[in-house]
Amino acid sequence: MIEARNITKRFESGDSVLLALNDVSFKVESGEFVAITGRSGSGKSTLMYQLGLLDHPSSGEIYIDGEKVTEMETDELTKIRLNSLGYVFQDYALIPELTALENVLIPLLMQGLSQEAAKEKAVASLSRIGLADRTDHLPSQLSGGQQQRVSIARAVAHNPKIIFADEPTANLDSESSALVLKNFLELNKEGQTILMVTHEPEYAKMAHRVITLADGKILSDIRNR
Amino acid sequence: MSILRPKRFKHLGRSLSLGWFLAYRQVRRSSPFTTGLIVFVMTLTFLNLVVVRGVLVGLIQGSTDVYKKYYAGDIIISSLPKKDYIENSSNIVNIVAGLPWTESYSPRYIQGGSVEAEYKIKLRQTDSPNSAGGLVEGIDPVKEDQTTHLSNKVVEGSYLTSSDSDSILIGANMLKKYTNVDVPGLTLLERVNIGDRVRVTVGDTVREMTVKGFIQTKTDVDQRIVMLDSTMRNLIGRGDYNVDEIAVKLKPKTDVFLVKNALLQSGVGNTARVQTADEALPSFLIDIKNTFGLLGNVVGSIGLVVASITIFIVIFINAITRRKYIGILKGIGINSTAIEFAYVLQSVFYALLGIMFGMLILYGFLVPFVTAHPIKFPFSDGILVAELSSTLIRAGLLMIATLIAGYIPARIVVKQNTLDAILGRN
Repeated sequence: MIEARNITKRFESGDSVLLALNDVSFKVESGEFVAITGRSGSGKSTLMYQLGLLDHPSSGEIYIDGEKVTEMETDELTKIRLNSLGYVFQDYALIPELTALENVLIPLLMQGLSQEAAKEKAVASLSRIGLADRTDHLPSQLSGGQQQRVSIARAVAHNPKIIFADEPTANLDSESSALVLKNFLELNKEGQTILMVTHEPEYAKMAHRVITLADGKILSDIRNR
Repeated sequence: MSILRPKRFKHLGRSLSLGWFLAYRQVRRSSPFTTGLIVFVMTLTFLNLVVVRGVLVGLIQGSTDVYKKYYAGDIIISSLPKKDYIENSSNIVNIVAGLPWTESYSPRYIQGGSVEAEYKIKLRQTDSPNSAGGLVEGIDPVKEDQTTHLSNKVVEGSYLTSSDSDSILIGANMLKKYTNVDVPGLTLLERVNIGDRVRVTVGDTVREMTVKGFIQTKTDVDQRIVMLDSTMRNLIGRGDYNVDEIAVKLKPKTDVFLVKNALLQSGVGNTARVQTADEALPSFLIDIKNTFGLLGNVVGSIGLVVASITIFIVIFINAITRRKYIGILKGIGINSTAIEFAYVLQSVFYALLGIMFGMLILYGFLVPFVTAHPIKFPFSDGILVAELSSTLIRAGLLMIATLIAGYIPARIVVKQNTLDAILGRN
């Protein structure tokens, strides 16, 4: 499904060089729920940005469904992000002047769906995570947990191959966090591949597999029972 | 190639459609105050673009308009150079009267002369006379009024009738009370009232006449003493009815050059000079008109640059403050074209509203108001020139400037690194 081969990411500032990722290699299979964990500064978010094609690794290769994506042009990467990937960000990343429904609609419209078809899919996606009654609310009219779930609905509406979630529960209370995690587990049960960055061990335990990073390297790669 | 093209168009259409989706919602849900302020600025910019030039050109246009309306008509026939009057005038008058396009015409007798008041109370022969020099003009009051509406320009007293063989009208530029200038060598009539007896001198002939009215047209007529044509003929001893000029007013929408050519083909050009009113305009007026037009265009261009900078700043600030959301849109796979188009559409929206309000103010208020209350200048009644065609050209220019000014900042922000934008990194 997605494979990282010898990924390295360096940040250079003047004479100093920070090695955020150091020769990281691993593979995620279709339908897996993988948690990437580690201490702050361990490189877990940086790894997710490389795999999610939001950033370019300094060296190494990334393959999605066997296709090498690291040498693709910007336009091609945008298309892959639109059609094959879904994102859930720590701060929800919703567009403030769009309603919950409209936020979910955008990628579907960009994919070329008609207004009606896109709306049908978006409503279904919001209903799936229990927000059918919040479709016309602006983000400012929703709680943090609800906003994050809208973000999940947006990430899954277009049936992506993989969902990347960057600390999705970091800004939420325990009740909302549990609800978000429940949504992820349900999606995964339906066959959705999920790659989630978290620093919370109890949430990481819910995944099939936990990859722990330290100083930009994989410290451990454990499969949960 | 042939397969790729429709696909590319389809993709572009999708981007534009999504751009519209985003722009519409951004504008609809933005602060009404901010939107109102931007639209207000655009309205002022549009008005600046049109009105400044319109007033500058209107100053001279007002002058040329009154020249046509109160003096020349549409075509003016005058004597040939080196001739004292139009020979065979009666024949020309008959040709003019017989043309199907002629609405009215006014033959005029013109000679140099002067008018003197208070000559009865002058104590010594050496005392300076209360007099003013100008042209003495003999007219048929009915024909003149049909052609130039001169009766509307009587500012004191009343207009001549066909029986006023002993009366005159005096132009405002010969009267101190209407032309308060102190120029060496220029004498103006003072203390003259309606009903006063004055002495009119034409050549060697002097005649005592009654002041019936004062006229102010802001044309050459203001430097004239106007009397009946029959009186004038007696004064100058012109028994052959040859006149000095004929003003011709044409029916509405008549092509002046068509009539001019018809007159020339009738042989009028052999004994008289035929000019359209525009051709007969004093050259200094044409020069000033061109200069003011140029000046208006320069001021308008500066206005256009200011408008572009304004919209650039507005869109740039908007895009910069929304950099994170632009990053998110790019992150979830929305292409640059859709995002840029959303910003361009917003600028177009502001410009369109600004132009719309500007047009409403311009044609609903400013133009009718200035037409009803012209800007008073010594040499003309300034109007606001705003022809629809030139206003639309300026609106188009503003729209193009806005498109560019909206696109550039959006492009700058959209081009930034996606992850940096999402994370708010510089």
